[in-house]
This record gives sequence, structure tokens and C-alpha cells, in this order.
Amino acid sequence: MQELKTFLINKVLLFESDTLLPETEKILQKIRREKPGNPVIYLSSGTSSIIAGSEKTSSAIKAHISENGLAADFIEVGCTGPSNFEPLVCVHLPGKNKLFFRNITEEKVEPLLNGVFHNDLSEEDLAGQTGTRGFEVWPGIPFMDELPFFANQKRVVLSNCGCYDPESIEEYIARGGYRSYVKAIRHYTFEEVCDIVERSGLRGRSGGGYLTGLKWKHALNTSASSRYLICNAKESDPGAFTDRTILESDPHRLIEGIAIASYAIGASSAIVFMRSGSDHAKNRLQNAVEQARQYGIFGHNIFSSGYNLDIVIRIEPGAFVCGEETALINTLEGKRGMPRLKPPYPTSSGLLGKPTVINNVETLMNVPVIMHNGPEWFRTLGTENSPGTKVFAIAGKGRMSGVVEVEMGTSVRKVLEDIADGIREGREFKAIQLGGSSGSFITSENLDVKIDYESLRERGIGMGAGGFVVIDENTCMVDLVRYYMEFIRNESCGKCIPCREGTGRMLEILESVIRKPMNEESGTTLERFKGVMQLETIASVMKDASLCGLGQNAPNPFISALSNFRDEFEEHIFDRKCQANICRGLRSFSIDVEKCTGCTACEAKCPVNAIYGTRLQPFFIVEDKCIGCGVCFDICKFSAINVK
Amino acid sequence: MGTEFDLILKKYKQGKREDLIPMLQEIQEQLGYLSEEAIVNVGSYLGLSTTKIYGLATFYDRFRFIPSGRIHISVCNGTSCYINGSQSVINKISEEINVQPGLTTRDGNFSCEIVSCMGGCHNGPVINVNGEYHTFVKASQLPELIKKLMYIIEND
Amino acid sequence: MLFTIQVNNKKIKAEKGETILSALNRNGIIIPTLCRMKDFTPTGACRMCVVEVEGRDRLVTACSQPVEEWMKIRTHSPRVIQARKTIVELLLSNHPDDCLYCERNLNCELQNLSEELNIRERRIRGKKIKPRLDQSSPAITRELSKCILCGRCVRVCEEVVTANTLDFIKRGRNTHIGASMDRDFNFSSCVHCGQCLIVCPTGALHEKHSITEIQEYLNKPEILKVIQYSPLVTAGIAGELGIKHNKYADRILNAILRKIGFDKVFTTGTGTDVCITEISGQLLEKLEKRTASPLYISACPAWVKYCEQFMPSQIPMLSTVKSPQQITGALIKTIVADQNKVNPANIFSVSATPCLAMKFEARRDGMMRKGISDVDSVLTVRELSRLIRLYGIAPSIIEPEAADEPLAGRSSSAVLAEVSGGLTEGILRALHYKLLTKEADKQLFRKLRSSGSFREISMAIGEYEVKAAVVDGLTGLGKLKTSINSGKSYDLIEVMVCPGGCVHGAGLPFSSARADVRSRAKLVYQTDDSEPVNLPCKSHHLINLYDKLLKENSEISDKKIFYTHFEKRNVLL
Ligand SMILES: Cc1cc2nc3c(=O)[nH]c(=O)nc-3n(C[C@H](O)[C@H](O)[C@H](O)COP(=O)(O)O)c2cc1C
Ligand code: SF4
Ligand code: SF4
Ligand code: SF4
Ligand code: SF4
Ligand code: SF4
Ligand code: SF4
Ligand code: SF4
Ligand code: SF4
Ligand code: FES
Ligand code: FES
Ligand code: FES
Repeated sequence: MQELKTFLINKVLLFESDTLLPETEKILQKIRREKPGNPVIYLSSGTSSIIAGSEKTSSAIKAHISENGLAADFIEVGCTGPSNFEPLVCVHLPGKNKLFFRNITEEKVEPLLNGVFHNDLSEEDLAGQTGTRGFEVWPGIPFMDELPFFANQKRVVLSNCGCYDPESIEEYIARGGYRSYVKAIRHYTFEEVCDIVERSGLRGRSGGGYLTGLKWKHALNTSASSRYLICNAKESDPGAFTDRTILESDPHRLIEGIAIASYAIGASSAIVFMRSGSDHAKNRLQNAVEQARQYGIFGHNIFSSGYNLDIVIRIEPGAFVCGEETALINTLEGKRGMPRLKPPYPTSSGLLGKPTVINNVETLMNVPVIMHNGPEWFRTLGTENSPGTKVFAIAGKGRMSGVVEVEMGTSVRKVLEDIADGIREGREFKAIQLGGSSGSFITSENLDVKIDYESLRERGIGMGAGGFVVIDENTCMVDLVRYYMEFIRNESCGKCIPCREGTGRMLEILESVIRKPMNEESGTTLERFKGVMQLETIASVMKDASLCGLGQNAPNPFISALSNFRDEFEEHIFDRKCQANICRGLRSFSIDVEKCTGCTACEAKCPVNAIYGTRLQPFFIVEDKCIGCGVCFDICKFSAINVK
Repeated sequence: MGTEFDLILKKYKQGKREDLIPMLQEIQEQLGYLSEEAIVNVGSYLGLSTTKIYGLATFYDRFRFIPSGRIHISVCNGTSCYINGSQSVINKISEEINVQPGLTTRDGNFSCEIVSCMGGCHNGPVINVNGEYHTFVKASQLPELIKKLMYIIEND
Repeated sequence: MLFTIQVNNKKIKAEKGETILSALNRNGIIIPTLCRMKDFTPTGACRMCVVEVEGRDRLVTACSQPVEEWMKIRTHSPRVIQARKTIVELLLSNHPDDCLYCERNLNCELQNLSEELNIRERRIRGKKIKPRLDQSSPAITRELSKCILCGRCVRVCEEVVTANTLDFIKRGRNTHIGASMDRDFNFSSCVHCGQCLIVCPTGALHEKHSITEIQEYLNKPEILKVIQYSPLVTAGIAGELGIKHNKYADRILNAILRKIGFDKVFTTGTGTDVCITEISGQLLEKLEKRTASPLYISACPAWVKYCEQFMPSQIPMLSTVKSPQQITGALIKTIVADQNKVNPANIFSVSATPCLAMKFEARRDGMMRKGISDVDSVLTVRELSRLIRLYGIAPSIIEPEAADEPLAGRSSSAVLAEVSGGLTEGILRALHYKLLTKEADKQLFRKLRSSGSFREISMAIGEYEVKAAVVDGLTGLGKLKTSINSGKSYDLIEVMVCPGGCVHGAGLPFSSARADVRSRAKLVYQTDDSEPVNLPCKSHHLINLYDKLLKENSEISDKKIFYTHFEKRNVLL
């Protein structure tokens, strides 16, 4: 091991020429397991795999190998992308193309591996094959990269994900990793690195789209005794999991990005600010940091360059708003995570008053690639003003879901129809929700909009951080807006009035729309209507006057839903109906006289005494009184209660 | 108890407020929650008023001030799980274990919390019971699950 | 550097580095604010002060945004007014609507804003905040549902008082202001200075009332009702009652108080003279013994509690002399009781004071003799003015009356004690006279009369080089510590919790509390200059007390009633 480390450092990392020696390449090829002598079994092992049961699959595979005395290697890799294929197993038989099998739960391991090793493949579980020249092709089996899910992606940031063992720095180095960093600290000045990134046109991927190189220069040009780089891996939008996937699948690339960025701004401390509850991601990252430290990526006078850098991982203690940069800084300083006034901006006075750059995970993941391939190459990807790619976490009602990456400029339709493969069986498409709780909806009229900062902004849509939720007809938009508003109301830090009170009022008004009035006083139609009239004023003042992005963007889902689905709102308000049948409060209940035995069970349980009748005679529900709670429906043993 | 704190506190520099959150996190990991004693200890170690520590800790969702239950259930309420019906799962769980999310039952058997996106969106609604994931959860399955868990507790 | 900005289409001059708000205010444009406090860094929490700046997507907060050359600002455009109005409406939407019953009725910033912004209809309805009332503290009542979370109290308690008793608890809509572990106030480290209360814009924080209790006693014929009031009370109340504050004001107040039903009216100043005399005695004793440790003046009850909690090691150095209020109270329950031949248990003794912490002090351990407390009830100046109005007395046509003997008069040193540094000056003046039998030149104390949170003085009095320090507001404690650590030592240390001293006390009327503390201090110095009797030992009331009354009464001739004791306090710090 020690030998391998010395070799990798001297012959790869510190090797001065861009092309490595052929004998070095040979060894690296082996590390990369390009032409394995023994069969290799790969299992993807991200959180989404674990949730789907991959840990049990893993034990089953190990047991199978040892019980059968197979001369096979077993490697757990990161996430390949399609989470509906999880647990995803790949088998690489020497000399043949790799075969991928989907949904291999524990009990399928035995038959699968028996089949593979005895040339008896089960069609049902097969996802596809991949291979390079020189390997034997499996006849009649589709190629993975020709599946629409992959064919329409452009995996730059995710290029390593699912391809290597995230717990092995050796593999990362063998795949070209850390060379850009070593080159940067040994041969470039701070400014030069900033320049390269600025020229590449890379923009912050957390949603705002600020030019990364420019931000770095601000910090670099602020004179100070020390500076900080913070990687914002907070990611806690409900329904987002791109950063986590990256941390689990390619932690070393992120570390390299952080290291290069730190160098670029002359920071000697870097901090990764992670969301809580992602233990798997944290362990992987922690392990990767340890390995990197052993390899001298961090430390004092790194590779004799005179540059010092260390890194710490901090776990966020649970508040959405502390993803906002100034709140994040407060959290790191041991204070309540409430946003601060800007100016001063973090680049001039951030953590402990020092210039601080805060970058998103995905932003930093682009940095090593840019350093390696050059800014001009990066500009060939994507559009003029939004070069590069964008990673999305597709979730919701699409047929495929998972973490995907497309070139900027790709249309939303393509992502929906080709990559996500449309809506699940038998349902109608309704909308795409982009950008989570502060994002907006894209309906079928807008599906052709191109994913880049300008095109989206033109239509009033924010790029967001990568949430891409597919919504079908079975989702009620009013309820969904209420859901986002509830989330934001709970997450508002409470500092400023428009956001703290505004989110509360908006939520209460939306709740009054989807709920039947408990009593006349709190919710006559007129009151409800008055409330709705105020929603738009409150929303506009929140956008205009809130202190931070949370409050400013909180009304977005509402505004966007109202303009796209006005009829649905009106139906709720005036007709008191929910077509998607989601809003429980609007259901109307009645008793089927034929079926009712008059057992009195429902009468006893109705919380508002809306049920009347005489014992052993059919009962009836007074509609005006009923609040639609559904208790009677659940309690009736004779299915005598109808819901509409 | 005293030494237990001391061991944790000693790892940190005295009087450095930036270490407050990591300290509290570590104490919570060991103790399961933040006791008043813990807060007082941290306060005198860092030279911070306990008001400020309590104010900070209550800002964040992850800090608890009562021990969690023997069985701790986290329910995902991320967007994807929500549109797949997590709300009814949450309601059912609260109803079955008879305690609101964020709290612990009086007998200390159950506690439940809501989290946003666990990362298994395709399999939603997702819940996690003492570290073990359950996928595609339906409200109707819960009474049985809770009964099973009760059985485990009683026979432990 | 001055430059031009454009406001509402007019050019005005602004100074580089200042905020939009300060530029506007200087030019006579008023912008409502709510979370802002003068001399504090802005937090931007309330968003009331928003203005429109051309080229900015969103409104900006005038209280925090620095001006830039040629900024084009609109301060009252429809967009701005809508935002401000909506913000207030949002606050009102879940507010308890309790104005008629509220402490701050007619004196509430929220009420004023809603009036100014012409809010005439409830357009936004919200779930009301659940009421929570904390009356556990002897001095302060908290009504959490009236809090608008402006954070001013938190900042004052942290940055001015340094007690760190208050903070925001929880997040978002659940946020509220509270003490450690969200316990009620009596368990907290609050020193009852009330500084938080004077900055609170609403009725969320106010003093604990004693009016009802006092009214009850005023109706009891068998009880001897007495009141003492401290020198600043007259100054504080004059404005409220619409009387001129001159040398007759005290006598008018005496008459009013008698009309209300007090049988005896005393001045706390006599007690202050006792306090000065006793402490100067302790100081002399200390100087004679040449002990190294300092003597801390313990007249400020908030400071005493602070010391008991945060600096228990210093408790032995606290002067055991009671505060003026308690000394006066003790004299009332002994000498006055004797003179009037009433059982002390049948005396109801009230104190009116600009200090909130005195409410707490009256309830302290050690402020009782034989189960009878020195002071039964404490009124703030605000409460006193309310009480007077309640009894429908027109001060303009009242005949002035003298206070009651034996506690009817004082020296001007007793007035001086109301400003920070004044007690020290009085004690040193008394010492000077005692040792050298001549009055010290007031010029010598110039250093004590300057501003700043820490002041020191060193003066030769006879054979002694006396060194004294004044901590004016608790932020000065840090400087005191630094100074001591650097090897300096002091004989006498005065600590006052309210910056500026009792002239900044939280019991003074809100309207004048916001007026300049310095102008009130000036008034105090003027009194000291204009009055003939500057030294306690020259006040015949004090002479009478020491030479006659104390000696006549064997029970108190040991002067023990002037002394108390202090103990370490166990509260959550
Ligand atoms: C309420 C709120 C939450 C945020 N959460 C995140 C987050 O979870 N992750 C993130 O990278 N940026 C988040 N941001 C954006 C950050 O403030 C910051 O702009 C970003 O980390 C900068 O990175 P970039 O320049 O690489 O895009 C959030 C912003 C706001 C207003
Ligand atoms: S907008 Fe919301 S989250 Fe941001 S500071 Fe204001 S209250 Fe806090
Ligand atoms: S749904 Fe049934 S139980 Fe509920 S209020 Fe209506 S009638 Fe009563
Ligand atoms: S529970 Fe069902 S059967 Fe019994 S009275 Fe109600 S509707 Fe009729
Ligand atoms: S705080 Fe002000 S607005 Fe609120 S009830 Fe009192 S007077 Fe009225
Ligand atoms: S102000 Fe209006 S509401 Fe209040 S007491 Fe007078 S009339 Fe009644
Ligand atoms: S009274 Fe003084 S010590 Fe108590 S909370 Fe208010 S400011 Fe703090
Ligand atoms: S108690 Fe008063 S000063 Fe404190 S935050 Fe509430 S309203 Fe503001
Ligand atoms: S400085 Fe005066 S008013 Fe303030 S707490 Fe002390 S004694 Fe009371
Ligand atoms: S972990 Fe495999 S698809 Fe995400
Ligand atoms: S939303 Fe529940 S796992 Fe993502
Ligand atoms: S006064 Fe400016 S934000 Fe409150």
C-alpha cells in the first residue's frame, strides 16, 4: 500500500508531463480494473440504493462469493443515476462487456449470479450492457448508453459517479484525479486560477448563477490575514438529493474542487458544510478527506509549493435557512442561523470577519474538469451565457427517476420525455416543479423552454438548485402550493416581518381554501374570499421587502401556480371541489340509506355532530355541518358512507 | 456524568464559540439529547450564557431536549414523498403511537420526526425506523408495523 | 466627504459612509423604523424603513444601506407605502388587539405606526398568538403575545447590560423572546434593571404593577400610609403632570401625595445622605487598615444581583450598607413608627423611584426586621403619575407643602447620587470634609462627571491617596477588569447598571426616557450647584437623625438597620 502511494504521488501526481509513462499507465489501468482477470461484481451503493435494499444485496453477494468459492472481486461503487433501477448490480466477466441488472434485491442475488456464471441470463432483470472496444458484446442486449435515460445526458460533473469505488483515492488518482490541483498549486498563481475559472464562464449552480471566477476574485482582492472557502453542501430543499449523490459517489472530485478553489482565493482553511441526516455521505466524505490528507493533498507546504490548506467537515444542525450564505456563516460561528444584512458581502467580510467564498457542491465539482480541460473546452458545452451542464434530481411521478445531468440549453421537454421517460402508466402530465420550495411550475405550454439561466429567467422561472419534480394529474396544485408554503413557514428564521408573518398568513389563507370552515366565524365564504384577495399583496410585499432569499422567493410556487392553474384555485374557492381528490377537507360525505344499518357508530365519532338519525334507522349527514374529516368513513363497518 | 462531559469538552478549545455547535452535536450523540446540565457545562466551558446556548439550540431542528424513544421513526416529507402520500403516513404514525412529531411518548417507547428528502424519492413514501428503511409505505400498513415494534420493545 | 443624492426628485447632500436613513433624517424626511436603535448596528429585521432605490430589484432598508453618490431614492412611493403598510398589517393580523387594556396604550410604537399608515380596516386576518404572561419576576411582566420580535430587548440586555438574560428562542413563527431554558423570569439571570423595557416598542415588556395593591391600602383607615420618593421622581413626573420643574415642584408633589391619602410623605434623599455617610465611614476604616481589596458601592440593586450571580468572588467586597430606599424604609418602620406610636406592622410604606430594580430589592432577603419589611411596595414614576391621575388631582391649583419630619430634607449630594459617579463624588466629598473639615473643590471631580463607561479618579485626601473607579453601565466592567489586571488597584468602586445612572432608570416615563439622559444629568448638576447644603453632614435632618433620634432609640442605635448581607445566587447564567 505504502509503495502504491509513493508510486502514485511520484509517478502520477508530481509527474511533470501531461502524458504519463506507458508503464505507469499500465499500472493505472489495473487499478481502474479496465481488463480484469477475474469477474468483477459491482453494486451501486448510494443512499437511494440503500433505501431500496442494497445493503442486504451486498451481504448476499459477499455470501454467495464465499460460499461458492468464486474467484470474483466485489466492488461497491457510487450512484449510476436511475434510482428506479436500484439496487443496481453490474457484472464484468473477463473479456466481455459489463452487464447491468436492475432491482436486484437480496433474494434475487442467488439466481442472478448463478445465471451469469452459467450463461443463463434472466431477461427480466437485465438493464443493459456497456463496453469498450475489444470486449465481447452480449448479443441482443441493449447498450446502457443508448437507453434514452443516458443517451440524452451529458455527464461531466457526474462522469465519475458509479464508475469507481468512492472509498479509494487510488482509483480516483488512477482516473486522473488530483493532477489539476497539484499542477495549480505548483505552477499557477492565485490570480491565474481565478482567471481560468472566470474565462470558463462557470456560474454558481445553487440557483443564483453568479459568475464563480468573479466571486473568487472579489475575495482574493480583499486584503486580509486569512480567507475561508466554504463548500455549501447543505441541500435541504424538500425533494433534492443531487449534492448527496455527488458526495456519496465522487467525494474526491469534490475535495479536489474545494482544494483548487481554496488555492484560487488564497484560503488556508476550507469547510464543508453538510446537511444532517446524510450519514452515508458524511462517512464517505470523511473517509475521502482522511485519504487525501494521507496523500498530502492537505497539510503544510503541500508538495513543496509553499501552500498550506486544511479542511474540516461541519454538520448543519437542522434549519433550511442556514443554507443561505450569511446564515451559514452565523451557524459556523456558533450563533442562531439567521441571515445577516448585506452588504457587507461574505467575499469582503464573511466567516469571523474574513473574506469568505461560499460555493455550491456542483459548482465546485466543475472546477477540476475546467482546470483539466481548459476554459475553452468548457465553453463548448451549454450555451453562450450559461456554459456547462446542470445536474437535476428527477423525482415524482416520472417513469424514471434519479440524478441526471444535461447540457445547458437542453429543453425541459427532453428531460421529461426522454430522460424521465414521461409520466408513469396511465396518468396525465400536469407540471414540472423546478427549484423546490422557492421554485416555479412549468406546464405543457412551457415545456420547450431551454434550461439555461437567461431563458428560464425570461419566463420568470428560477433555475433552482436541481430539484425536478414531475407532477401528474393526481396532484392538487393548491395543496402542493400549501405544502411548499408550510415547509417555508416552518423554515423561515423569523427575523423579518414580511417573511415570518407573511408565510404564516399565506399558509393560513391557503388552508382556509382547502378546508371546510370549522365554524362560521373563521371562514365564511366572504372571509375566505377576502383572504385570497390579500394573498397577492402579501406575496408581492414578501418578494419586495424580505431580508433574504428565503422570504423573497417564498411566494414563487404560489405566484407561479396561480398564473398557471388559476382555474384550480377558483374551483377550490368557489365550487369547494378538489378535482385531484387530494384536499380531504373538501370531500363531501353522504350515507347510503340502503347500506346503513343504523348502528350509530359514526354518529358517536363525528367531531362536529354532523350525523343524525335514530338507532336502527338509516342515518344522514348534514352537509353544511360536515368538515370532511372522514372519521365516519373509516368507522363504518358496512361501507355505507360515500365520498365524493 | 461529569467526566463524560469533561471528555467531550476537553477536545475543544476553551472559550471558542465557533465550536459550540459541534460540541452540542457530540454531546447529543453520546447522550441522545441536550440536558440542562449539558447546556450549563458547555456554557461555563465556552463562557457563554445558557440563554444564548438554549436560544441557538432551539433554532435548529436536530437538537432535542428530551431523550428520543426506544424506537425512533423518521418520516420523509420531501416533495416526492409528499405527492406520494407521506402526509397520511405522518398522521397515521402520530395517531398510532399517540404523540406529535418531534416529541417522545411518555413511556419513552416511541418518538417520531419529520425530515425532508431522505434520498430515496422513487421509493416514497419512505420512513426510517431505528436506522432501517421502509419504502412505499402506506398508512394502512402502519398499525401492524407499530404492533410489531411494540412486541419487540416488550420482549426486549 | 459630502456628495449629492436625489430623493423624491430633489437633490440633497449626503455624507460618505452614512446610511440612507441618517441622510434623510438630516434633511427632514422621516422614515418609520421599528427595529432600529440609535448607536446600535442595524439588523434589518423589521423592514419598516424600506425605500425604493432606482436600479435595485427590491426595496432596500434605509437604516442599513449606505448612501452612494447619485443614488435616486423614493421614500414614499406607492410601492414603498404598500410595503410598510402591509408589514404593519401583518403584525396586527395576529396581534392580541388589547390596546384598551394595554400598558402601552397611547404610547406604543406599533399603535402609532398603524395610525400613521392610515390602517383603518382589518384586511389580513391571522391566527392570534397564544397569550403567555410571565409575572414571576418581582419587577417585570412579560406579555409574549404582544411582542413583535424586533429584538431590541435582546440587544440591550446583551450589549448594554451584558447580563445576556434574553434571547430569541425557537425559530420562525414559533420564535419568542425568553430567558434560559425558556423558564419564567424569576429563575433567570435578569437583574431587573429594566433597560430592555424602555426600548421595547410595544406592551410586551412592562413593570409589574403595584397600583392596585396601593389603592387597597389607601382605603384602610387603620393603616398608616407613608410614601418616600427619590429626588429624580419630581423631575420625572413634572412633565407628565404638566407642572414646572423648579424648586417648588417637590412641595407640590408632597401636597398631591397627601391628597391621594398618604399620611406621611418623606424624601428618600435623607436615606441617601445616610448611605453616603455610612459608606464614607466604611471607606475611611478601609483606608486606615490599608486593605488592598476595594469597596464596591452597593446602592444599585441591579448591580448587586449581577455581582451575586456573575462575580461571586467579589461579594465580600460589596459594601454592606443598604441602598437609600431601604435605609429610608427601615427608618420609617422604626423611628417614624415610634414617633407616631403605631405598630410598624400597621405602616404601609411605599417608595416611588425611577428604578425598576428597587421593586426587586424591596423583596430581597435581609430587607426585613422581625418579619416586617422595610419597604412594602415600590412604584415607578409612570405608575405614580397614573395613580395621581386616577385620583383626579389638578396640580396647577395646589398649595405647596413641606415633607414630613424627620425624613423631610437632604443635602444636594443625595441628588447627585442619581447620576453615575455622583455617589462616589458624594462619598469622597464627605470623606474630605471629615478628614480636612473643609469642603472639597468640585472641580476636583471633573473626571467623574465626564462620559464613558469607565472613569477613574485619584485624589489626595489628607494623608491618603484615594483611588476610585466608576463603572457607568456594565460594559465598563470589562475595562475595570483590564485595569485591575494591569496592576491598578482601587479603594472605592461604584457600579451603576443603567448607563448614565438612575437618570436613565427604567421607571421614568417613556416619553422622557427617550429624551436625552445627559440633559437630565445636567439638571442634577445644576441642583447641586444651586443648593446651599452640599454635604450630608451639613443637612440638619441628618444631624438630627444621628445626634438625636438614633441615640434615643436603644433598639436601633447600633445602626444595624442600615446594613444588610449578600449571598451567591444560584440562577441559570
Ligand atoms: C434560503 C436559502 C437556502 C439556500 N440553500 C442552499 C443550499 O442548500 N445549498 C447551496 O449550495 N446554496 C444554497 N443557497 C444559496 C447560497 O446562499 C449561496 O448563494 C450559494 O451557496 C453560493 O454558491 P454558488 O455561487 O456556487 O451557487 C441558499 C440560499 C437561500 C436564500
Ligand atoms: S426572509 Fe425569512 S428567512 Fe430570510 S431573514 Fe427574513 S425571516 Fe429570516
Ligand atoms: S366527515 Fe363524517 S365524521 Fe367527519 S365531520 Fe363529516 S360527517 Fe362528521
Ligand atoms: S356507521 Fe355506517 S352503518 Fe352505522 S350508522 Fe353510520 S353509516 Fe350507518
Ligand atoms: S402593544 Fe400596542 S398595539 Fe399592542 S395592544 Fe398594546 S398598545 Fe395596542
Ligand atoms: S379608539 Fe375606537 S375602538 Fe378604541 S375605545 Fe375609542 S372608539 Fe373604541
Ligand atoms: S431587566 Fe435588564 S437584565 Fe433583565 S432582561 Fe431586561 S435588560 Fe436584561
Ligand atoms: S419584547 Fe419588546 S423589545 Fe423585545 S423583541 Fe419583543 S417587542 Fe421587541
Ligand atoms: S442605575 Fe439606578 S435606576 Fe438603574 S438599576 Fe441601578 S439603581 Fe436602578
Ligand atoms: S444511488 Fe444508484 S441511482 Fe442513485
Ligand atoms: S422526498 Fe422522500 S426520499 Fe426524497
Ligand atoms: S428599522 Fe430598518 S429594518 Fe428595522
